[in-house]
Amino acid sequence: MKPSVYAYIAVMAAVTYLIRLLPLTLIRREIKNKFIRSFLYYVPFVTLSVMVFPAILTATSSKCASAAGFAAALILAYCRRSLITVALCASAVVFLIELLPVI
Amino acid sequence: MKRHAYFAAGVGAGIPIFLGYLAVSFTFGIMAKNCGLSVFQAVVLSASNLTSAGQFSGLTLITAGAPLAEMAATQFVINLRYCLMSCSLSQKIDEKTPFFHRFFMAYGVTDEIFGVSVSREGRLSPFYFYGLVTISALGWVGGTFLGVVSGSLLPARIVSALSIALYGMFIAIIIPPARSSKVVAGIIMISMLLSLLFTAAPLLKEISSGFRIIILTVVISGAAAFFFPIADDGGVEQEELS
Repeated sequence: MKPSVYAYIAVMAAVTYLIRLLPLTLIRREIKNKFIRSFLYYVPFVTLSVMVFPAILTATSSKCASAAGFAAALILAYCRRSLITVALCASAVVFLIELLPVI
Repeated sequence: MKRHAYFAAGVGAGIPIFLGYLAVSFTFGIMAKNCGLSVFQAVVLSASNLTSAGQFSGLTLITAGAPLAEMAATQFVINLRYCLMSCSLSQKIDEKTPFFHRFFMAYGVTDEIFGVSVSREGRLSPFYFYGLVTISALGWVGGTFLGVVSGSLLPARIVSALSIALYGMFIAIIIPPARSSKVVAGIIMISMLLSLLFTAAPLLKEISSGFRIIILTVVISGAAAFFFPIADDGGVEQEELS
């Protein structure tokens, strides 16, 4: 017999929650070790970079539009625009390019 | 700052996440409906998991009628990256913050909420975090609901355009610090290049995206920490030598 949908949902939620919870509750003190501190300092940059590229190129329905949105986001982020500005402008660029008849 | 001020700041900072989640979960809702889930089931799934890749793969396993153990193993592998993020966040929470907050905050550790949280200067207030989680979960659950009940409510063009919003937000988080640190700039470039390699090269491309993120994060952050340890004030030591 197949498990019920709710059993699946419960398993998914429990596994995901525990993964998130354990480090937060087990590491209560500030870590003094310089290597680990440095490691954790670099983690967000690496994780976010790996998630962005090359996945961003296939995020929308056209590669050209995605590439243009990527470029727009890089330029605006370099000019220190806010998160919402960069996110919306990248979306706007994708929207406009996908309107072009050739793509 | 008072609690509600932190909360409001979190809600404001979470608006790009809201928009991005709306688009992604809208697609998820359409898929959930096609897999035979009811509106209620899809909404409960989104509200209790709050994760994209894990939910999409979960749908596939539900449709296939996979054993529960397989579901648990798959979720573990795909979502293990949150473990690294929680380790990082654990250092951003003030030691004086009451312990119980960590049980609630754990619910909201997603790629995007993590990204915005770490980009904020100084210690992380739980109330700022709750603000972020509230607006983000609203987008995630609301988008799921709309996707199931009306797969045509949001035009495909809008969904496609908004699908890049979260990536744009990530870029806005990582690029500004790269301006003032050559080490960070180099790490971003190396990360993206290796990620490309892992996506395209034979054998390497067989590795799931969840594991790709974990392997590259551990290897690159480890190497960076070894060669460029940070000073106690958070900056990179001896930057001029790099």
